Amino acid sequence: MAIVKYTKEHEWIRVEDGVGVVGITEYAQEQLGDIVYVELPEVGAGMTQGAEAAVVESVKAASEVYAPVGGEVTEVNQNLADNPGTVNTDAMGEGWFFKMKIADTGEVARLMDGVDYQEYVESLS
Amino acid sequence: MRYLPLTDGDRREMLAAIGVGSVDDLFVDVPQEARRDRPVELPEHLGEMEVEHAFAAMAARNLSAADVPSFLGAGAYGHHVPAAVDHLIQRGEFLTSYTPYQPEVSQGTLAYLFEFQTQVALITGMEVANASLYDGATACAEAVTMAARITKRKKVVLSGGLHPHYREVTETMTRFLGIEMAAAEPDWRGGEDLASGVDDGTACVVVQNPAFFGHLTDFTPLADACHAAGALLVVVVTEVVSLGAVRPPGEMGADIVAVEGQSLGNALNFGGPTVGVLAARQKHLRQMPGRLVGETTDVDGRRGFVLTLSTREQHIRREKATSNICTNAGLCALAFTIHLTLLGEVGFARLAALNHARAVGLADRLAGIDGIDVVNDTFFNEFTVRLPKPALAVVDALADRKILGGVPVARLIPGRAELEPLLLVAVTEANTEAHIDALTAALREVL
Amino acid sequence: MADMDATLTGNRGLALEEAVIFEQDSPGLSGVDLPEPGPGNDRLGGLGRTGAIGLPGLSEPQVVRHYLRLSRMNYGIDSGLYPLGSCTMKYNPRLNERLARLPGLGGLHPLQPTSTVHGALELIDTCAHWLKVLTGMPGITMAPAAGAHGELVGLMTIRAALEARGDARKRVLVPESAHGTNPASAHACGYAVETIAANVRGRVDVGALKAKLDVDVAAIMLTNPNTCGLFETDIIEIADAVHDAGAFFYCDGANFNAIVGRVRPGDLGIDCMHLNLHKTFSTPHGGGGPGSGPVVLSAPLVPYAPLPVVERRGDGFALVEHAGDSSAHPLGRVKGFHGQFGMFVRALAYMMSLGSDGLKQVAEDAVLNANYLLARLKDTLSLPFEGPCMHEVLFDDSFLKDTGVTTLDFAKAMIDEGFHPMTMYFPLVVHGALLMEPTETESKATLDQFIRTVKGLAERARAGDARHFKEAPRLAPRRRLDETAAARNPVLVWRPPPAQAAE
Repeated sequence: MAIVKYTKEHEWIRVEDGVGVVGITEYAQEQLGDIVYVELPEVGAGMTQGAEAAVVESVKAASEVYAPVGGEVTEVNQNLADNPGTVNTDAMGEGWFFKMKIADTGEVARLMDGVDYQEYVESLS
Repeated sequence: MRYLPLTDGDRREMLAAIGVGSVDDLFVDVPQEARRDRPVELPEHLGEMEVEHAFAAMAARNLSAADVPSFLGAGAYGHHVPAAVDHLIQRGEFLTSYTPYQPEVSQGTLAYLFEFQTQVALITGMEVANASLYDGATACAEAVTMAARITKRKKVVLSGGLHPHYREVTETMTRFLGIEMAAAEPDWRGGEDLASGVDDGTACVVVQNPAFFGHLTDFTPLADACHAAGALLVVVVTEVVSLGAVRPPGEMGADIVAVEGQSLGNALNFGGPTVGVLAARQKHLRQMPGRLVGETTDVDGRRGFVLTLSTREQHIRREKATSNICTNAGLCALAFTIHLTLLGEVGFARLAALNHARAVGLADRLAGIDGIDVVNDTFFNEFTVRLPKPALAVVDALADRKILGGVPVARLIPGRAELEPLLLVAVTEANTEAHIDALTAALREVL
Repeated sequence: MADMDATLTGNRGLALEEAVIFEQDSPGLSGVDLPEPGPGNDRLGGLGRTGAIGLPGLSEPQVVRHYLRLSRMNYGIDSGLYPLGSCTMKYNPRLNERLARLPGLGGLHPLQPTSTVHGALELIDTCAHWLKVLTGMPGITMAPAAGAHGELVGLMTIRAALEARGDARKRVLVPESAHGTNPASAHACGYAVETIAANVRGRVDVGALKAKLDVDVAAIMLTNPNTCGLFETDIIEIADAVHDAGAFFYCDGANFNAIVGRVRPGDLGIDCMHLNLHKTFSTPHGGGGPGSGPVVLSAPLVPYAPLPVVERRGDGFALVEHAGDSSAHPLGRVKGFHGQFGMFVRALAYMMSLGSDGLKQVAEDAVLNANYLLARLKDTLSLPFEGPCMHEVLFDDSFLKDTGVTTLDFAKAMIDEGFHPMTMYFPLVVHGALLMEPTETESKATLDQFIRTVKGLAERARAGDARHFKEAPRLAPRRRLDETAAARNPVLVWRPPPAQAAE
């Protein structure tokens, strides 16, 4: 059963078989509007928790996407190059950004779960 | 005063509607120390006629290149601008419109910028171009920072054939960005070797074609050497009319092209405003500074144009923008587009051929004057001559005879004895046989 | 569109459609008659162009009609009120255009011997003098090509001055309401940018600012009046704090129209301020440019101004173009040649036309017009900060709450009413910002019509007619355009359609 955790910067990370899949949340894609471009990290890139990992652009805004936990990028979602709109239509699924080897599973444990994240989002409006 | 529509009656009514007694009450937030009890010390208002007289007097204290034989180039060229250009750019809807942020009511501006981008891409042989920058020199600086961003490298090589102003501007504007600039010696003879200075720390090499000293070069081998080392080739073009006759940078392997477009549509204006533009390969699109206009459709399915990829720019990306630039060259880009549209394929080629033919004719005549040596084997409409006396003094003597005979290299690169006799001579379709006769006669007298 | 309004051409009366030039190509045509160059060898070294470029051929009447039709799809200041905040869309005097085209001014080559251009140097010096007196500052550089360029140049002089005294610092403080060019310029100068929050009155939070001011801050960048249209009441206190910390005060002069002729920024303690000649000083916006951004400088910064510099020498002028000829430590060149001379001609003509008395009246009428909009609209729209405002007034989108209509939709409906919308979504400090700057060249009658229109639209929104706004504009040359498609699949140059290519 995959665990999904959330950050205050509206990234999610789903851990499946020891690999972390990272994307941005429904709330984030709604705020941004139609996504037009995604700048993904290099495969093999190492990052610490909170480092800038990717950039997502809509028509009116550009937003940094931060590494929810530290680790190394193992795969990026090539489909987003031709279909950036997938982030809007399926932010939690096919709109994933990259996969990573997680350095410290403790960092994952300390992130928000779905319920806490939902409360957090509600507090923002 | 003629530019102010409010009457005293209006002002009274408006103050009453606001609920204050005088306009001073609206400046209540100004600190006491900064409030003034008298107007600033400048003359009071004048009517049009008086202002015209004052400006006519200032203009009369100049010997204008527009009024006498002029062979001045060095990055600014006196071409004939067709009457229709100035007439069209002064239409109020072009002159007084703003950046096209509301595309529904800015299709005029957006359409002509789309045409401009297309024209620039075509004449440079590149894939994309932006909607203009301030001038060629700042475009060169932007090209260098763009190359540094793309390659993630810091070393830059500047050709000795690059216009000195472009070198200086590039050096100044990148001074605080950690870029290591290596500028080659002034290459007045042509034929410098730059490839050996390229290594895997080089972001780009910047060359100019035609060069500052006039030489034409095939940069394909240099482009190959750059690419082999993972570096980019930036080519600068300061005389855009040359692209009507000379192989364009895009066909020589250029990665980024920085152009000064003043020659088309724009008067000399003592050097400003002019129109810079960047052209590049499609794959580097997202690293391009400046505005970009793209084609799209509206809700009724009609074709229209919009500013696009704005997330690169300062108003969205702020400190992470590709550049801080906001304004473009606007009306100067429009003048360029209209002039080039009037010329068309046939006219542009013929204009360039005419410029070159005039230059060949003049070079031959100057070579026939004792003591004058034409340095260039190749050139477009500007070449370097070596005089038997310092060029600065010769040019002053020619000016006394009401002839603007050329730009002394020492004006732009002072303090070098070997450059002092060198003069850059440019000639365009605007120069007549009578001008050329006058120049050669005056040179014989002066030398 | 009703069937009755459908036409064969797609034109609708005087609303004329127009293709791009590449679709109007008549190969071989040209709108310019040029003599044939004589026969002869070339000196192109084998580098002559081979192959076509692909430019279209048109005759002169076709070209004139094309650009005339394009112009008619544009809104300009000449068309109507253009209330963009911090842009100062004032009337562009036609005298300026006539004077800029005098052969003795517009025909000058920048590299003519300086002995032949004394009138031009005098003009630059006179323009510089007016700007220094109006701002109360001792120094100026006329070199920068536009406002953002001026900001960068100003920061560079600050950095040069700090490094010269061995006190290189790394950070610049910028209010969150700042125009995007401010942090972008700071970054382009190699500085790290830190944001300062606004207080509930829409001004910089002085306490927060002072807390961030330490020995590592090189400069603050403030706009005054700020982008909320408000005068920074604590500006002198801020200037003192900045100087006590050994830093410099950069002022963004985009909003100078509010105070020109009435308040001198030099009296407020600033060190460095760019002016937008294309805003306060009436040079035309030209669809996005060209601009001109001279920067006034305090005494400590003058030695670090960029090249070139026009200096008085005896009863004449000299043009200092090289560091070696200067006794100062100039920054080096920031643009080709000598600055935007054509814009100096226009700006000086404007300043001389208005004079000290007229320029003061300009600021007063600009501020009066904006406050009139505030007074008449504050009960209709939502005003986040109490007045008086300066030359522009900021509203937020609270008044549209629960209507389903956004600031964007509201703006698009204004287009159908014949107005260019105000600035939307800037500054970022309020939600759904609507920033209106009428300028002094608008009559009361125009403002009254604008006010009636805004009130009518606001009522319509609150009455629940969201559809009217969502489908706007209906009557402009184009309706809403698909910006998402334009960004996802950028088409930046014209390409012949595939069918044509196959023929």
